[in-house]
Amino acid sequence: MTQQPRPLTQADIDREIAEESAAYAKRIADGEPVAHHPDRGYAPYRSSVLRHPKRPLVAVKGDPELIELHTPVFGETDVSPFDADLTRQHLGEPLGERITVSGRLLDRHGRPIRGQLIEIWQANASGRYAHQRDDHDAPLDPNFSGVGRVLTDDQGGYKFTTIKPGAYPWRNHLNAWRPAHIHFSLFGDAFTQRLVTQMYFPNDPLFAYDPIFQSVIDPSAKGRLIATYHHDDSVPEFSLGYRWDIVLDGPGATPFEAEDADDEEQNK
Amino acid sequence: MTSLAPTPSQTVGPFYGYALPLPKGGDIAPEGDPRAVAVHGYVYDGAGQPVPDALIEVFQADPEGDAAGAPGSLRREPTTGRLNGRDGLTWTGFGRIATDPDGHWVVRTLPPGAVGEGRQPYLAVVVFARGLLHHLHTRVYLADQVEAAADPLLSSLEPARAETLLAKPERPGVYRFDIRLQQGEDGAEETVFLDFAQH
Repeated sequence: MTQQPRPLTQADIDREIAEESAAYAKRIADGEPVAHHPDRGYAPYRSSVLRHPKRPLVAVKGDPELIELHTPVFGETDVSPFDADLTRQHLGEPLGERITVSGRLLDRHGRPIRGQLIEIWQANASGRYAHQRDDHDAPLDPNFSGVGRVLTDDQGGYKFTTIKPGAYPWRNHLNAWRPAHIHFSLFGDAFTQRLVTQMYFPNDPLFAYDPIFQSVIDPSAKGRLIATYHHDDSVPEFSLGYRWDIVLDGPGATPFEAEDADDEEQNK
Repeated sequence: MTSLAPTPSQTVGPFYGYALPLPKGGDIAPEGDPRAVAVHGYVYDGAGQPVPDALIEVFQADPEGDAAGAPGSLRREPTTGRLNGRDGLTWTGFGRIATDPDGHWVVRTLPPGAVGEGRQPYLAVVVFARGLLHHLHTRVYLADQVEAAADPLLSSLEPARAETLLAKPERPGVYRFDIRLQQGEDGAEETVFLDFAQH
């Protein structure tokens, strides 16, 4: 008879997270560059173990003719006026703490990415998704679906009104809880800038215990996943204001931008 | 020149199904176009098990090699906010499909044209999934429509690796393309995934 394996505890995961962080610190000390993104294989996040390629990715050199340097386009037909206010999508008011999340979508050169689609999805105030397979024993909110979308404006700005999502348990290990977060999906000026990520809230006590948040090991990179509270963005008698700017990776999309870069090079 | 550090990637998670997929998300070809083909396959993990919670996105040029698709892939009803899906006529070049409970996905599209002189045509693909902390880029080349030796990427790969990027004709108008996130224990080849980072 094979023995039942002991369930993974938080202490097991904590140890693995500490080992990964120590190994990263050593790589940095040895002169490796800062890693902005998580590795696809991050053992403390058990779902990643069988789902990351073992072979190295094949480098494709930048080339303005490649389809990946173009991008899908989205316009006014892709959004509706209701989409940016997740508290107005049903007849009643959703339960929970109302928040306003705003920021700018930028490329690595600090240039705004205009007219691009930002999609968000999230759990409700009690930490339950409006998803058939989410069987977390917390109430669904009939007045909250948790789906939003908006096009960025001329300054790359976006703004959502929503409800602060709750923390929720998941089954990575015994007593695994996810910090409150909002999922973001972003396109860019090129298909190579595509990004799916999560925005977290400041001072969450669950950060240290969560292998998904911790998969971004570099401390400054981790910091870029966390929104800041901006009192001036809070709406009197209505909502608390959070601000989160998003920077997309990847090469510049168009020859026009390459010329821009050349000009700046010459003006140095 | 300013250089901002990028926002890190995080997993799409398992619970995007009510948010991201859309009606007719895999129907990139305008309805009734006689040139339409189906590209389908399964997504497998390293144990050879199908991945039922993966999300595939496709972006491609039209048959003439024009990469400037129109908006409207994710159309919404403006008065109710309801997701409409496509209008069935507009070429947007973009598709989004969640794998089904068997890990299967399908797009109905038009064979892409090559973008640029001396290029071979392909569908650009990104894969998201629970457990995948950063999405993966790959390409689908329709095996009977490309000259592999003339493609800079395909010709740079070992033949067995290049094979993983070829969608094989299964029957007229239908191509099969499986995505293996990791080399399986059965020795099957892991899909070639691409890195576009410029240093």
